Amino acid sequence: MRKYILKRVLISLATLFVILLVLFILMDLMPGTPFNDEKLTEAQKTLLFAKYGLDKPISTRFFLYAKNMLKGDLGVSYAINKNFAVSDMVKDRLGISIGVGALAMLIGTVLGLLLGILAALNHNTWIDNLCSAISVIGVSIPSYVFALLLCYFIAYRLHWLPILFNTKQPFISLILPAIALSVSPTANIARFTRSEMIDVLNSDYILLVQSKGVKNWKMIISHVLRNTLIPVITVMGPILVNLLTGSSVIEKIFGIPGIGRLMITAIQENDYNVTIACAFVYSVMYIVTMLFVDILYGIIDPRIRIAKEDK
Amino acid sequence: MSNFDHEFHLDDFKFARSAGEKIIDKNYSATSYAKDVWNNFKKNKGALIGIIIIIIIVFMAIIGPNMNDFTYKQIHSGQECLVPRIPGLEKLGIADGYHNGVNQYAEKGASDVYYWFGSDTQGRDIWTRVWSGTRVSLIIALAAVLIDIVIGMVYGLVSGYFGGMVDSVMQRFAEILNGIPTLVIVTLLGMVLPAGITSIIFALMLTGWIGMERIARAQVLKIKEQEFVLASRTLGAKKGRIIFSEILPNILGQVIVTSMFSIPNAIFLEAYLSFLGLGVPAPMASLGSLVSDGYKSMTTFPHILIIPVVVMAVLMLCFNLFADGLRDAFDPKMLNK
Repeated sequence: MRKYILKRVLISLATLFVILLVLFILMDLMPGTPFNDEKLTEAQKTLLFAKYGLDKPISTRFFLYAKNMLKGDLGVSYAINKNFAVSDMVKDRLGISIGVGALAMLIGTVLGLLLGILAALNHNTWIDNLCSAISVIGVSIPSYVFALLLCYFIAYRLHWLPILFNTKQPFISLILPAIALSVSPTANIARFTRSEMIDVLNSDYILLVQSKGVKNWKMIISHVLRNTLIPVITVMGPILVNLLTGSSVIEKIFGIPGIGRLMITAIQENDYNVTIACAFVYSVMYIVTMLFVDILYGIIDPRIRIAKEDK
Repeated sequence: MSNFDHEFHLDDFKFARSAGEKIIDKNYSATSYAKDVWNNFKKNKGALIGIIIIIIIVFMAIIGPNMNDFTYKQIHSGQECLVPRIPGLEKLGIADGYHNGVNQYAEKGASDVYYWFGSDTQGRDIWTRVWSGTRVSLIIALAAVLIDIVIGMVYGLVSGYFGGMVDSVMQRFAEILNGIPTLVIVTLLGMVLPAGITSIIFALMLTGWIGMERIARAQVLKIKEQEFVLASRTLGAKKGRIIFSEILPNILGQVIVTSMFSIPNAIFLEAYLSFLGLGVPAPMASLGSLVSDGYKSMTTFPHILIIPVVVMAVLMLCFNLFADGLRDAFDPKMLNK
């Protein structure tokens, strides 16, 4: 198992390195410079380029950047917040973005599992049909539509919760965005849980457990659920990553100062360091999630653990 | 014979059927796989409704924008924010152009003009814009399917069949591509390419096929060790032949289902990007850009927002129902669920 984890970690690190390189090259190919909007003469531009080291060849810049990054230095912002350290800009916003995402994932997992289990236990009844209908609608409507509806009814009409993000009450301001974001994970997890659980309920070993006279709730908790959850965990990784993409839209609607909005502004303003930092943070979150899911999967399911150790 | 006391007469017997009727044995022919799938699919009402509505929406996307005299970018100053008004229906009190008790059309001096879905904040016809926006979303959906099949499927087949070093390299490459968030790719591409459909399709070409590639590869790994593949190889079939005419037909069901599920994702991607201002450039319309325009006047003129949202939601719902039905039809194990 340790060997497997080590191998996965090394591959992930290599992937991240290549992604950084690709981002760097892509940024270099982008037309325009960070100093587009300022009225500068050619001579002044050359001076600015020299000051920030942008006149050096791309390979030199890349290795310098990678070296600084290991020390936690992500360079300075060129356009958005002049000469402000990017690491500080990212740090503040990352917490908020992760907060919304984690809250949404929590709501989505709990609700999704409940809906899925309820549907599977009442298979082919109206409860099942209702749960399935809710989950199909949930995957069919973009999260920002839910966000707009929540904004309109709960915040604008009823005044229960604030529309826009308020730094003084971060938690209360995050409730609506998190609910809006949680719709699609809820629906996805519910659909998946339902079909997995029906599979498990129809299997021979559950029949055996039943014929041994194990109490119903005990059977569900310790035999059915455990086997249902294994495949469900694999879909949670991609769902979590989708949350990240979806969150930039939610951040725009609710005015949340998160990392998605920062990245969009940075790209529009050609702020190289900020863009690379944001994009890289997204990639890190993605790859770490996938790594985590892979390892967790191995720990939970002994069959996979053994198969992978053999390799 | 001695056991029979009864004497038989001719009228003791009569024909089971009326005389002269031909009796034909019922013949149960083997149904082909495709027919089997179709029979299973037909049983699923949700999926049937889904495909019918998809056909209607596709039809409307083709002819809708030309059904009245407006164009998607024609601005009518003085006729902004009109609510829907449809000839015929207006007599019934639905879609009669009244907003807060005032006939907006009469007030703005356009009593003989009909905006079937109303007009937007710049005086453009929403009917025309919604259907031309649907066209954009459907083009992206079609592109997503083609990309899935042309790139994703072939990549997965090759990677899975050859295995070993080829597989490792191809999988690492896909993993790296997948590690770059789509949002980053599209925004960066939007800078290099003209923003709009081209850059969205290009982004799909870069990352949209990875889900399909994984499924195709997993299926190939399952099938390539089976006897019929070995038989084909022993008979001297070339690799291309084994991959495309021996293995491919066996995984086609999975491939089609996966590509159908990628349609909602592609439409979603476009909608998100439009919302962030990275989608099709104005004055072109897409469902996503219409929603993001509509949300600015959500509280005063909700119809500008509601109409594109409804069209998009129905389209997504139908594609999901259709893909669900198709998956169940291809996999008979799922049917009794």
